Formats: sequence, structure tokens, C-alpha cells
Amino acid sequence: MTDTNDNQDPSRRDFLYITTAVFGATGAASVAWPLIDQLNPSASVSALSSIEADISSIPEGGSLKVAWRGKPIFIRRRTKEEIEMAEKEDSVDLPHPEKDLDRVKNKEWLVVVGVCTHLGCIPIADSGDFGGWFCPCHGSHYDISGRIRKGPAPTNLEIPPYEFVNENIIKIG
Amino acid sequence: MNHDYQYTPKNGFSKWLDKRLPLMRFADENLLSFPTPKNLNYFYTFGFILTMCLVTQIITGIVLAMHYVPNTSLAFDSIEHIMRDVNYGWLIRYMHSNGASMFFLAVFIHMFRGLYYGSYKEPREIIWILGVVIFLLMIITGFMGYVLPWGQMSFWGATVITNLVATIPVIGEPVLTLLLGGYSVDNPTLNRFFSLHYLLPFVIFGVVILHIWALHVTGNNNPTGIEVKDSKDTISFHPYYTVKDLFSYVVFLLMFCYFIFYNPNILGHPDNYIEADPMLTPAHIVPEWYLLPFYAILRAVPDKLMGVLLMFGSIIVLFFLPWLDTMKVKSARYRPLYKIFFLLFVIFCLLLGYLGAKPPEGIYLLLSRVSTIYYFAFFLVIMPILSRIEKPLPMPIGISNPAINNNSDSSGGVSGSPSYAMDSK
Repeated sequence: MTDTNDNQDPSRRDFLYITTAVFGATGAASVAWPLIDQLNPSASVSALSSIEADISSIPEGGSLKVAWRGKPIFIRRRTKEEIEMAEKEDSVDLPHPEKDLDRVKNKEWLVVVGVCTHLGCIPIADSGDFGGWFCPCHGSHYDISGRIRKGPAPTNLEIPPYEFVNENIIKIG
Repeated sequence: MNHDYQYTPKNGFSKWLDKRLPLMRFADENLLSFPTPKNLNYFYTFGFILTMCLVTQIITGIVLAMHYVPNTSLAFDSIEHIMRDVNYGWLIRYMHSNGASMFFLAVFIHMFRGLYYGSYKEPREIIWILGVVIFLLMIITGFMGYVLPWGQMSFWGATVITNLVATIPVIGEPVLTLLLGGYSVDNPTLNRFFSLHYLLPFVIFGVVILHIWALHVTGNNNPTGIEVKDSKDTISFHPYYTVKDLFSYVVFLLMFCYFIFYNPNILGHPDNYIEADPMLTPAHIVPEWYLLPFYAILRAVPDKLMGVLLMFGSIIVLFFLPWLDTMKVKSARYRPLYKIFFLLFVIFCLLLGYLGAKPPEGIYLLLSRVSTIYYFAFFLVIMPILSRIEKPLPMPIGISNPAINNNSDSSGGVSGSPSYAMDSK
């Protein structure tokens, strides 16, 4: 006992150091996580994650803007010519190639998140060089399928998760 | 540096205190008798002006927080309440909003001064790096403060800038949601921005203390860029520089008062007096004037991620300045080539500021690209090359000795000048 000091049993000492450090780090991490996670959407914010929209009053060629998760959703009832144009332009050179058919559940209805994929502005309907939307902030042009055609935006307008509840109601989210 | 001087407590109380808490000694050594180069010009008064700006922002900010409500349904109205109902609320808010602009104006002059006189060079690298940290914190604080009034520019500025985070591959989206506390800029965002906007000025205050501490270890640089040699080169901070700083500050305040009392909204954007509407984007989203050069860089690049990287890179590159410019001669006064490129740099920075407020098309876009290229080339190409090839002008021996230094010593002095150098008294 008397001739044993701290340096003479390195493996035992190391074990104690490492165990202490691991316990300390685990403790720090378990306190840090709540402090970080509280920044994420709260239950009340997440609860608003689905809405229903009545589309019965939209005429052909008309559109409706509804708010979902604080972002606008464009619901557009497209005319026959617009659908034809969107499908015809499947074959042109697109910055983010997607077929019109893959972007809709019902050809007549285009449902997109109305947020420019560049830096989050709201594009203006029925404007721009391609008959769809134009973002005033940094000049991105979208076509009638919500696909990016010209400008700094990297991708097409996002399609939110949605379904037709019946003829008149769309559920988004 | 003058290290001969010693603080001596004069009366019984100060002797007693000096043994327990040497506060008076600290103040004396750092504020009153601190040896300062005797040739500092008015560009060197901006450090003091900036300290006063920070103090002004903190005091007016604390007062505003007593009347402001960080909630999306009340924030805009509470600003109008401050402007109309609170006694002198209009004055305090205009001091705070214009104070931010004055703060940035002063910091830009302060930084250009450092660039011109080579104040970032050995042995002052840490002072410079801490300064860049303060500048970054100021930008974040200023941005968050601009969101609080919850006008259209507040909301859409916040949307555009926070969306920059989403450009980071893979982790971008979850980090953005974490930052916003939701799926778009909303009440949780406003709440946390208010909290952080209140916190960060005190963090800045802490870094300012380190900045000044580091300055007081190496001592000031000066317009000649030649290090202080002995006590003949210095004068005490008080009264010589306290008076110079105060005079400069009074002139600065006159300009500040012009904005507060005669043109309080000229530096803001009228759209910010329209309450935030998440469903309607204003025709032009323009950041505060002091962020325009960086905004111009962001928009000059056709690729989204590259634009974001270059915008942040334009500030990050400043951290490496002491190692990009390795020329021993500090001051541009003795660097004829650097002086020209520096002036061009200032012009391009001002141009970027102008272009940031213009639509990104046609000639504006072209000029933005040219200016962005020059901005980075100045640091990454011109500085390293000049450090190698530039022949500095003949330099005086010291601050107090105008005779030309003939020895090409470590200070980079150049031979070839008439040899009338002598040891003047």
C-alpha cells in the first residue's frame, strides 16, 4: 500500500480517466440536445401541417392561392391549351428535366408550392417568358408546369404532398 | 514603447485600493498614460467612435426592448406604438436604426484604414482577426435587428437570407427548419431573432475588450507603419488622444444628428412600413445599405451554392489577410503600387454597394461580376504578387526621424536614395 502511488498502475488510472470523460461527455450531450432541439418546430407548428382547400369555384384557367405551413400553395386549373403546351415542352432542353405528367395527379390541376426555389420569394402568376410564373426577386421564369426555364433558380417548383378527397376538395400535407 | 513610466498611487485610499484591486493602475496604464504614437491622424479616431456606437446601440436597444413585443401579431404595431405613443420613442428608435448605419459606416472606414496602413501585419494579426470576428457579429446582429419591425422588407429579407442555408447540400433543409423553428419565417423565428439580437451586442462587447487588450499589448500602428522605437515617438493617450477622439466624435455626431432629425428614413426602405405579408413578395427585395456589397456578390454568381460561398468567402478571406500580404513595409504611404490597387479596391467596394441595390441584369450584372472578380483578386492574387515584386519607396528611420533609412533592413527600406541619413537628435 505504502509504495503504491498514482503512476504505478497506469491501466487502472487510464480506465478511470476515460470512464470519467465518457460520462462527462454523455452528460454534456444529453443536456445540449434539448437546447438544440427546442429550436425545431414545436408541436403546435407541426400540428398545422395539413389543410383542405375547396376548389369547386375555380374556373378553367383560374387559380387559387392557399397557405400551407406558412407558404403559399398555387392550385391552378389549367386550360386544354396549357396542358398541351406543358406536354409539348417535355421534350425541350430543361434545366431540371421532369415530364409534365410526373408533376400532376390530374392533368387539369397543377398543385405546386408557390415558393421560388432560388431564395424563397413568391413568383407572380401569368407572367414571365414561358406562360407560367415569374419571380420578381432575382428573375426566375417558370412554365405552366411550374418548371424552371430561365434564371438563377436551380430546380422546378416543388410539388407538395396532396390528394383529391373528392371532386371539390384537395387535401394538402 | 514607453515602459519607463510607473503608476504611483498618490493618497492613502488609492494606495490601499492598489494593493487589493489595481483598478486605478489599470485605468492609468491603459487610458491615461498609455504611450501612443505621436503621428496618428483622424482615421485613427474611429476605434473610439465605434466604441461609442456600440454603447449607443446597447443603451437605446435596452430601452426599445421595454416597449417592443416580439410577436408576429403585435411586433409591427408595437413599433408604431413606440413611434407615436411612447415619450421620445421616435427619437430613441431613430437613434437605434440610424445608429446601426453609423456603426457600419464607421466600421468600414476603420477597416479601410487598417488595410491602407497595413495594421493587420505582424505583430497585429490577432487584433485584425478579432476585428473581423466583431464585423461578422455586427452583420448577424444588424440582420436580426432589421427583422424585428416585422415589415415587408424585414420578412422578405429574412426569408431570402435564411434560405441561403438551404443551399448547403444534404443538411441544408433540416438546418434551415431548425434555424426558423418552422417551415417558413414565422413567430418562432421572430422570437429567437429578438432573443439573439439582445444577446449578441454583449458578445460583441466582450470581443471588443479582447480587441483592445491585444491592441494594448502591441501598441498602435501609425501612418508611417514604422514601429515605435522609444519614448520620443510617443505621447500619452490623455490628454492628446482623448481630445482628438472626442473632437472627431463630435463631428461624427453632427452627421448622426442630421440623419436622426432631418432624414431619419433615408437609409431605410419605405416597404418596411408595410406590415409583413407572407403571401406577397415586394417587387424588389433590398437589404440594408451596409449589406449591399455582399448582396451584389451573391447575385453576381449564376450558380446558387457558389454565390452563397463567395458571399461568405468575401468576409472569410479577411481572416487570412496577414498571410496573404507578406510585404514587411506596412504603410501604403511607401508602397506606390499597393496604393493604386488599394484605391481601386475601395472604388470597386463602393461600386458593389451601388450594384447591390440594382436589378441583377444587363450592365449591372456585368459590373457586379467584374467587381466581384477584383474583390477576390485583390486579396488572393494582387496582394501576394505585390509582396514579392513591389519596390517600396525610401523610408524614414523613425517616426521622429525624417532622415531616410539607407539600410535595407527587415523593415524593407530601399537603398539608392541620397545618403544624408544621420542620427538627428
